[in-house]
Amino acid sequence: MRIVWAVLAASILAACAGTQTDSQPPAAVEDRGAKPAAGAPGVQTAPIGSVDLTGRPAAATGAAALKDPNNILSKRSVFYEFDKYDVKDEYQPMVDAHAKYLRANAGTRMLIQGNTDERGSREYNIALGQRRAESVKRMLLLLGGREDQIEAVSLGEEKPRATGTGEEAWAQNRRSDMLYPGEY
Amino acid sequence: MRRLLAALLLSLAAWPALAQLSIEITGAGAQRIPIAIAPFAGEAALRPGVSSIVRADLERSGLFRALELPPLVPQPSEASSVNYAEWKSRLADALVLGSVAVRADGRFEVRFRLYDVVKQSPIGGVAYTVSREQLRSTAHRIADYVYEKLTGEKGVFSTRIAYVVKRGARFELQVADADGANEQAMLVSNEPILSPAWAPNGKRIAYVSFQNKKPIVYVQDIEVAKQNVVANFKGSNSAPAWAPDGSRLAVVLSRDGNSQLYLINPDGSNLRRLTNSAGIDTEPNFSPDGQWIYFTSDRGGSPQIYRMPASGGEAQRVTFEGSYNVSPRISPDGRSLAFIMRNGGKFQAALLDLNTRQVQVLTDSELDESPSFAPNGRQILLATVIGGRGVLSAVSSDGRVKQRLTLSAGDVREPAWGPLAH
Repeated sequence: MRIVWAVLAASILAACAGTQTDSQPPAAVEDRGAKPAAGAPGVQTAPIGSVDLTGRPAAATGAAALKDPNNILSKRSVFYEFDKYDVKDEYQPMVDAHAKYLRANAGTRMLIQGNTDERGSREYNIALGQRRAESVKRMLLLLGGREDQIEAVSLGEEKPRATGTGEEAWAQNRRSDMLYPGEY
Repeated sequence: MRRLLAALLLSLAAWPALAQLSIEITGAGAQRIPIAIAPFAGEAALRPGVSSIVRADLERSGLFRALELPPLVPQPSEASSVNYAEWKSRLADALVLGSVAVRADGRFEVRFRLYDVVKQSPIGGVAYTVSREQLRSTAHRIADYVYEKLTGEKGVFSTRIAYVVKRGARFELQVADADGANEQAMLVSNEPILSPAWAPNGKRIAYVSFQNKKPIVYVQDIEVAKQNVVANFKGSNSAPAWAPDGSRLAVVLSRDGNSQLYLINPDGSNLRRLTNSAGIDTEPNFSPDGQWIYFTSDRGGSPQIYRMPASGGEAQRVTFEGSYNVSPRISPDGRSLAFIMRNGGKFQAALLDLNTRQVQVLTDSELDESPSFAPNGRQILLATVIGGRGVLSAVSSDGRVKQRLTLSAGDVREPAWGPLAH
């Protein structure tokens, strides 16, 4: 399962973080809180992941699409400037695709985790991370996601994906992640 | 060699838990009171001796200089007659003499007297009957007595501090004596812990824990390891601050969208929304008289400090210089505001005089966070980063005396100085 995440994360980073891919070892993905599905701890699976959405339709908008690196749904992260929370235009297609997925899978839920870099106040960063997560949530609601499907929370600066100091690490940590059940 | 080893063992014995905070003083006040603290008669068998704890406390305050004394024969105690001329020749302005005696019931009788060497008169003294476990806290009380008699302010040597330690992937909420001794874990978790806040009576701590994968506010008794949820609403719950009477907390919730201030009772009842802004409102802090709540808001376009009546109402902006002013903490006398300002690329602790509007930058570090006043207002405890490592730093409110509190393994952060002992 962890290997799946590493592949997935590499593709997310390649898509969203541009040149930062090389600097980010796959192991750091553990920081996202990804964990093995219950009942299969440590089991190596083929590089087609699965999320436990028992009973949900698995068509083009099905669970498999979430992990297909060629599908835009495999991309989950929105990145920000320092002390900013506006979602840049380049992320519109990705957010759009997830709104469609939420509409097509009315029973599924999404947790949006907002993150910040390490600078400044931890509590202000909780609020800033919240605002980042809320900005993604608001877009998803406008695009047809339901309020009871989506929770926006903040991790502030507490769970950095990149642990170094300096703009390269900070840029990766100013981020919102859209996560589905089993992924947090 | 054997003597060296013995000395080493003694110094280890003085710091029982190897993991605890150690304190390094990196500055001193301009005028320190020279004080002679003689070893207490009868304390030789104790490790550490009562007098050495008194001495370390007073020196750490930055306001005292403890004199080096030659072996005193015969060893004086508070019962001895004082040869003022002799102490004057040692350049002492003040003198502490004392004794420790074991009673028949196994408890200890600790006595001391404080003398004004310049005026050649005794100032006062106290006798305590205590258990062995209470010897250290008794020494802190003696230091508090001496400090108050000679400076006119309350000593804070008997207070406790709370802080968070990150050791690898593990987070610990710790409570310790103000000198770093007697560290006691309140909570250990694999998820982040932040923003510990002491109840005004010193018996409970509110804090934020991510143990359920998102920030939730809890309150916990110091003596009982039971968590009580205060605020667990949809979204994030954080930044607890106690009202001075302990009856309610200000918290920050995102249940209605952006982070906003709310009031809530410590048992989670009686939730009331306090702010209604389009931006971020966070980091509430009550003024000591309970009339005002200071907080951080980006309603003006950048994070700045504001204040509003604790009963609700219009907010007024407090900080104007710079583009990032956060983490307001009002001094115990209500006259000044400690906060973190972005200064160039550095985040530094600063003090704003609320009367003169003067701002004084207190540190020269780069990543200061979480200022917390000592209950006598003399020092501000804060978190900073040195050599990539989280450490606590205490700076006197005039910026002169600095202490660094480090932990042998792990990052220390989120300090909160507890109230005076009741």
